[in-house]
Amino acid sequence: MKRIIRKNRVRSFHQARWNEPIIFELGSAGERGILVPKAEEEIVEKVGNGFDSIPKGMGRSVPLKLPEINQKRVLMHYLRLSQETLGGNINIEIGQGTCTVKYNPVVNDKLAASEKMSELHPLQDTSTTQGILEIIHRTDLMMREISGMDHFSFQAAGGSQATMTMASIVRMYHRLRGEEEQRDEIITTVYSHPSDAAAPALKGYKIITIMADENGRPDYEAFKAAVSERTAAFVVANPEDTGIFNPRIKEFTDLVTAAGGLNCYDQANANGLYGVARAREAGFHMCYFNLHKSFGTPHGCGGPGSGAVGVISELRDFLPKPLVEFDGEKYFLDYDIKNSIGKVRAFIGTPQVVLKAYSWIMSLGAEGLYEVAKVASLNNVYLIKRLLKYKGLELPYREDVQRIEQARYTMEKIAKDTGFSSGDIARRVMDFGMHIWSSHHPFYIPDPLTLEPTETPSMEDLEEYVETLHHIFDEAYNNPEIIKSAPNNSTIHMVDESSMDDPDQWCPTWRVYEQKTKEE
Amino acid sequence: MMKIGLIVNPIAGMGGRVGLKGTDGKDTLIRAIQMGARSEAPEKTIKALQQLLPLKEQLLVFTCSGDMGENETVQAGLDYEVIYTSYRNTTSDDTVLAALRMQELGISLLIFAGGDGTARDIYSAIGQKVPAIGIPAGVKIHSPVYGNTPEAAGKLAVEFLSGRLVQLVDEEVIDIDEEAYRNDVVMTQLYGYLKVPVIDKWIQNKKAPTPLSDKASQMSIALDIADNMAKDVFYLIGPGSTTKALMDVLELKKTLLGVDIIRNGELVKADCNEDEILQIIGDSETKLIITPTGGQGYLLGRGNQQLSPKVLSKIGKRNITIIATEGKLIQLNGNPLRVYTGDECLDKELSGYYKVLIGYGMSRMYKVEG
Amino acid sequence: MKDYGFKNHPYIPNSGPEVQKKMLDYLGLESLEDLHAEIPEELKLNRPLDLPKPYGSEYELRRAVEKLLSKNSTTKEYLSFLGAGCWQHYVPAICDEVNSRSEFLTAYAGEPYNDHGRFQTLFEYESLVAELLDMEVVNVPTFDWGQAAATSIRMASRMTGRGEALVVGTIDPDRLMIIENYCDPGVKINKLAYDEKTGMMDLGDLKANLSSNTAAVYFENPSFLGFLETNGSEISRLAHEAGAISIVGVDPSSLGVIEPPSAYGADIVCGDLQPLGMHMNYGGGQSGFISTRNEERFVMEFPSRLFGVAPTVVEGEYGFGDVAYERTSFGNLREKGKEYVGTQTALLGITAGVYLSTMGPKGMEELGQNIIQKSQYTIKALSGLKGVVGSRFDAFSFKEFVVDFNGTGKTVEEVNKALLLKGIFGGKDLSKAFPEMGQCALYCVTEIHMKEDIDRLVSAIKEIVEE
Repeated sequence: MKRIIRKNRVRSFHQARWNEPIIFELGSAGERGILVPKAEEEIVEKVGNGFDSIPKGMGRSVPLKLPEINQKRVLMHYLRLSQETLGGNINIEIGQGTCTVKYNPVVNDKLAASEKMSELHPLQDTSTTQGILEIIHRTDLMMREISGMDHFSFQAAGGSQATMTMASIVRMYHRLRGEEEQRDEIITTVYSHPSDAAAPALKGYKIITIMADENGRPDYEAFKAAVSERTAAFVVANPEDTGIFNPRIKEFTDLVTAAGGLNCYDQANANGLYGVARAREAGFHMCYFNLHKSFGTPHGCGGPGSGAVGVISELRDFLPKPLVEFDGEKYFLDYDIKNSIGKVRAFIGTPQVVLKAYSWIMSLGAEGLYEVAKVASLNNVYLIKRLLKYKGLELPYREDVQRIEQARYTMEKIAKDTGFSSGDIARRVMDFGMHIWSSHHPFYIPDPLTLEPTETPSMEDLEEYVETLHHIFDEAYNNPEIIKSAPNNSTIHMVDESSMDDPDQWCPTWRVYEQKTKEE
Repeated sequence: MMKIGLIVNPIAGMGGRVGLKGTDGKDTLIRAIQMGARSEAPEKTIKALQQLLPLKEQLLVFTCSGDMGENETVQAGLDYEVIYTSYRNTTSDDTVLAALRMQELGISLLIFAGGDGTARDIYSAIGQKVPAIGIPAGVKIHSPVYGNTPEAAGKLAVEFLSGRLVQLVDEEVIDIDEEAYRNDVVMTQLYGYLKVPVIDKWIQNKKAPTPLSDKASQMSIALDIADNMAKDVFYLIGPGSTTKALMDVLELKKTLLGVDIIRNGELVKADCNEDEILQIIGDSETKLIITPTGGQGYLLGRGNQQLSPKVLSKIGKRNITIIATEGKLIQLNGNPLRVYTGDECLDKELSGYYKVLIGYGMSRMYKVEG
Repeated sequence: MKDYGFKNHPYIPNSGPEVQKKMLDYLGLESLEDLHAEIPEELKLNRPLDLPKPYGSEYELRRAVEKLLSKNSTTKEYLSFLGAGCWQHYVPAICDEVNSRSEFLTAYAGEPYNDHGRFQTLFEYESLVAELLDMEVVNVPTFDWGQAAATSIRMASRMTGRGEALVVGTIDPDRLMIIENYCDPGVKINKLAYDEKTGMMDLGDLKANLSSNTAAVYFENPSFLGFLETNGSEISRLAHEAGAISIVGVDPSSLGVIEPPSAYGADIVCGDLQPLGMHMNYGGGQSGFISTRNEERFVMEFPSRLFGVAPTVVEGEYGFGDVAYERTSFGNLREKGKEYVGTQTALLGITAGVYLSTMGPKGMEELGQNIIQKSQYTIKALSGLKGVVGSRFDAFSFKEFVVDFNGTGKTVEEVNKALLLKGIFGGKDLSKAFPEMGQCALYCVTEIHMKEDIDRLVSAIKEIVEE
């Protein structure tokens, strides 16, 4: 028997390519995907066929043009499409910087799929939901310890919604002190998430942004000049999306507190800080965590997630209602929140996501979380050193400024030499079964690449990623055609996006596409 | 059949390789040739033109004889017609005359290769009447009318000619003090604006909403100012394309290179000089809206003669609003905005951090240095 | 906290001491502590986190969490007639199968190439919902109905440049709170009066409140209280006359048999996808859709992503991308960045697509018919009980209806407590939210209720009110 030689670290990959039709092209008239219960005879006798009871003019007259497909064909279709999706659990997920895509433990999904979670109605008498309420409350207590805050709400169902929740609390807080008109400005930094500007802007605030100084940290002098009696709050991520931690953060928050404003911590980048540094000691009055990022719950293609918002005790009464509380004997929903901002999301949020986070924390504990922070940082710093071995790839600002759990690189030199941008590299990376991400826009750093390994890849995974990226940079110099035509081993080839911004040509649904293509 | 124009400044870039800063001026050119300088513009032009080959069948290039375009077009393999002939070493005049001729012939796009000098010549000839794209081939390139690389310039031309969605924006043509430059001092000034196609699309990875393109940003800044304009107050609007957007929103005409005065949404006087400004504003409350121009982050300086120290003192620091797109600020690479009024004391007084308006309800703290 | 750590945790491959030493040596670092050297001591916690002891094995973890969950009693163990924004429908097995696929479950923000499946399924969901609603543009879904309504109102405000919205008086107070918080500041929300008898919008009050500052009129079909609003055309007409936008919130499970709002003048249609294949998850299965016609002025106002289909460089291949990613209406230029895109409920959108492709037109029709028949049957049976009015409003109700207990002398609280002892979750108590109605409850009957379930409810209530 011949030994099968596998030496190459750079993977020979091809993504599934089924060339599946659009769902509307499947099936034929009369096919059924599932049968629906029919009312019992006695019911029909008593109330008739149902249609006759509908008020005149309210019965559906517009034909319902859904496809008619047998069950197996529907399943085949979606299973094939799932094969054409690069989930975090299927690839070495280093390339989605700032998203903290780490291993989502399958046991947590199995627990959340239990009927004891999925078949609960949110308005059931709480005597019947003590289990989930206890889980939520315990998670609240653990997150208080992790952050130093005094009270958590899990109602916000995403990071941006959590930031909006914080901005709502800021407004209510100043409103009650009669300073709502006076305080119409919120300060953030350019390397915090764009939602840190967008959500407060929604709540009516003028946004002042602070740029980085030559060391990549928010410019203190500029910040000082921005703080005034008009400052309602400071919203910031730390470390920022560059991976750089601002060691003077307490000076920043002190300035705002002294000026009468509130400090709001966007902890989307918490993965490198568990047990190391907390919101409280840094002078924050509130913070939020993305449970679908650092707490290991799955991203779901873009949700459902959860944005856990924590506040100091003085701000507890502003949280959205209800809160999950414990009276010593039983868990209950407290609707009596004196100065509550009201609600940001239906019911109490996404409890099945909180359950997964609870389970994740309980599989790690204090030691485990500390290990998460350390290894996430270790993997990141290791990755940086290995990647920078490639001449032309650089860290912006100073290389000796420490990066914590992620890093933003610049490939400006490579771009100048080869004419290829981050976007071109990204299309070639797909040919190896991986992602790479550039940056939020606008690009403050030219030709950026942002990578976040988290604690879940092994050294071998890291090496594969490094070697692949180096290989691609080599191709940029020596084999440009393969990058120009990329992706070639992915599910589809280059998309012609020319119609996407043309109102006459864009097709946001199948019916519009049919209209526009039939006319020819 | 699409008609485009091509003008190449064959001596552009020759100074660079031999360490000279440009070839403006006959003496410098002779020195350069003596030092063994080779012409680079033709090679770069060919690279750019090759990007246009997919459109070969529908394209006719109007160009100049010899190295001013004909040779390059032949080598690139495109169909052409020589509409201007120069029999000697080419000069600025040739560029201007050729461009004017091409404009008469109804070209839809003018492609030129050279540096700042070439851009100025093109501007003198066609102003904003024809869209233009520059192939970078000069040493002195401060004008953002040039593509990043010859290939990029070529690709941009293809997108524009193919009718794909590309916007036309006002890009600055920079004037630079030649003497000073050769003595290592960069003193730039806004000379004019060319209409340049720009692809403003962020194609990759949309996890967060993209910021607006520069053009749309200018609009949103303009809307903020317009929505918040105070009654019965004079507003001096400085030169620039970002300030022009404000005048567009107010439906007033803007002097791209000058200072206009408006009040209560009406134009009081356009293109004012210092005396006119002082006379009109008297002692009334006046606000100044300025944007950096000239490529080096100058807010007030060479070229803003109208905004003299006298005028600025009357206005007062707190009445100065700086507006700029994020794109503009990013180009500054962290360097501060500059003021150069001629009065050192005033420069110092005006220094400090300002809330630069970069969008609707959105500011950036930015340093201004005298 | 000095360098103790969890050795060799299954989720942390590089937690083994040998691997760590190798990596630290390569980096020229002494210990893991060096990785956070630049964080000042004053900011460091310098003690272990005080958290409960973790479970040492997956088995113990699972056992412990399942033990906690066993303290829950579900709608499988109790007979539930609860609705009010979250409804108990049958979730086809195929929906659970598809949305638990690891590829879909753990994907995030890849490109239309390596995440082609995600783009296609979301485009298909948009298209399938568009058919159900008879509209042309549908967003990648947001958090829930309340958010969808709130965003629709803000969209209308941007489009019209106006600062006020009129909303139907029978709106869920919790949903109203979401809308109010999201629209503050910027759009003032005013509630309209409703007809006591039918529950429907008081058109006189609507006329009186419409002004040149009205951006939108928002109403629901079915209402939060279950009845159908039959004056939709008139409401839309009045709104349009005043220059306002007509926004209708719908329950998609009704649209197999009930006319979609496009037929009565709706410009923006919003609602919740939860009935289309989502388990209730204690309120975690909500997902909000927003849809409009394919007109540029509407498309430009969506803060959400809109996936569109496009060709690729290879003939016969479907590609996808973002439609109109830069949206530059004047309204948006003033509010650019004010609404935001981020993680919302994409997987639930995909699930809704699976549901609709499985159900097909016949399935949706039969679903609607079944729900009508069963809820009508329940209403009739309850009306036969002493002091109970099966449906308070003189209107047709779909799926949910207001059961009036005022004649029984008992409070809804008392009734529900007694029902609980009998293993039944009674309808939501409306007495606090709608005090003008007295002792009423919102009951919900869907296709999952069999005749025996309904009969059981009726005899239970009979016992309670007759004792």
